[in-house]
This record gives sequence, C-alpha cells and structure tokens, in this order.
Amino acid sequence: MLTHALILSAALFVIGTLGVIVRRNAIVIFLCIELQLNAVNLAFVALSRYTGIEGQLYVFFVMTVAAAEAAVGLAIIISIFRHYETVNVDKFNLLKW
Amino acid sequence: MTEVLFVLFAVVALGGAFGVVISRSPVASLLFMVATLASVAGIYVLFEAHFLAAIQVLVYAGAIMVLFLFVIMLLNLGHDYRADLKFGLWSLLAFVVVGLTAGVLAQGFMDVGDTGFREDGAAVAAALDEAAREQGVAGVIAEPLFTDYVVAFELMGLLLLVAIVAAVVLAKPRN
Repeated sequence: MLTHALILSAALFVIGTLGVIVRRNAIVIFLCIELQLNAVNLAFVALSRYTGIEGQLYVFFVMTVAAAEAAVGLAIIISIFRHYETVNVDKFNLLKW
Repeated sequence: MTEVLFVLFAVVALGGAFGVVISRSPVASLLFMVATLASVAGIYVLFEAHFLAAIQVLVYAGAIMVLFLFVIMLLNLGHDYRADLKFGLWSLLAFVVVGLTAGVLAQGFMDVGDTGFREDGAAVAAALDEAAREQGVAGVIAEPLFTDYVVAFELMGLLLLVAIVAAVVLAKPRN
C-alpha cells in the first residue's frame, strides 16, 4: 500500500502543478498550491509507517504553515483586488518588462 | 477491505483534484477541494494517523476552506463563469513541467521501493501501534512534539501570531 500511496501523492502533486500553470484566477491557483501541500503530507504520512512518528510531526508543522500562508495569501489577494478590481493574474503586470 | 477503501478514497481524491483544476466557478473548485481533503483524511486513517485525519478535517477542510469561501464571497467572485484556463504556449509549458515533475517523482519513488526499509518497516509499524495503544493517538504525536521538537513548536506559535497580524494589516483598507 506504500507504493500506491506514493503514486497517489505524486499524481495529486502533478495535478496541483498543472492547476498552478494553467489557471488565471488567483484564488484557484492558491487552492492548487494547497493541493500540492496536501500531496506532500500524504507522502509523509505513508512513509511514517516505515520510518517512525517524525513523518506525522512534519505533517503537523506543514499544516500550521499552510494555515498561516492561507491567512496572509488571502489578505494579499483582498488587497490586490481592492486595487485592480479583479483576481485575474494576467492583469497584475506592474512588474512585467 | 483496506485496499477497497484505499481505492475508493484515491479515486475520490483524484477526481476532486481534477475538478479543482477544470471547473469554471471558483466555488465549485473549492467544493471539489473539500472532497479531495476529506478523502485524503480517510487515507490518513488507513495509515493509522487518526490525529492527523481529525485535524485535516477540522483545520483544513473546515477552517481554511471556509476562509477561502469567505474571501470568494467577499470579493463577489461566485458567479464568475468565464473560462480562465490558459491555452497555447502555456499548455505546452504545462505539459513539459508536469511531465518532468512526474518523471522525477516516479524515479524517486522507485528508489524508495528499491531500498530495504520496507522489510524492517513492519517492526516500526508494530512499535507505532503499540505506542498508540499505550499513549493514545494524540499522545504519540504530543510526546516528541513537547520534548525534541519544542523549539519548532514554539516558533510555530510565533509564526501564527505574525501571520494573524500581517493578515489584519494587509486586508485593512488604508485611508
């Protein structure tokens, strides 16, 4: 079952990467990043059955960082929306050459 | 039984993940994400990580997803049904990046399969189950968390404080 869980984790991570690249809505991109974090968590939990409890501890830390990241990221999205009236990432071109 | 449940959860997780990427409405994306998170929590249970499954449902599927939904409703994006997928050069780039990532991950996981730790893994799993019976599923995680990893744990609290202050400062309208 370890191999299957690792394959599932890789598939979820890859789908998350796909979403980050092909979507334009900043909130959906953010959701896809959460999907990638979750894929890594799944690999940690699956491997913790074979290496010890540390894997589950790291998942705990990753979840805390993800919560902090979600709070700050959504605040940034609100702040950007107030300025541009959209969350389409193609419109945020102030730093483009 | 475990295998059947694993396949069920894996199918729901993968379908939800595709739904997140494909669906047009951000609210639909978010609900697909909740399905994925819930089935990943189910897989955690299959791996005997009951405490993590509980906080996955409470913190991730509960609190963080509600925060996302709240922002979608606050910004009034719920009925934004225009397709916002990028095509052309971007889909080519996506294929290249996704293919490379999948290749690297497959290579790494094959190496994991080759190394011998799956043989002595049964002993580790038995020790974990024994500890969970003695200390409880939360105690197994709490014991190293408050001894070996206590500095990281305290820093985590500091990080959350900084994140809360930053979120309030960023989201407040300046006038």
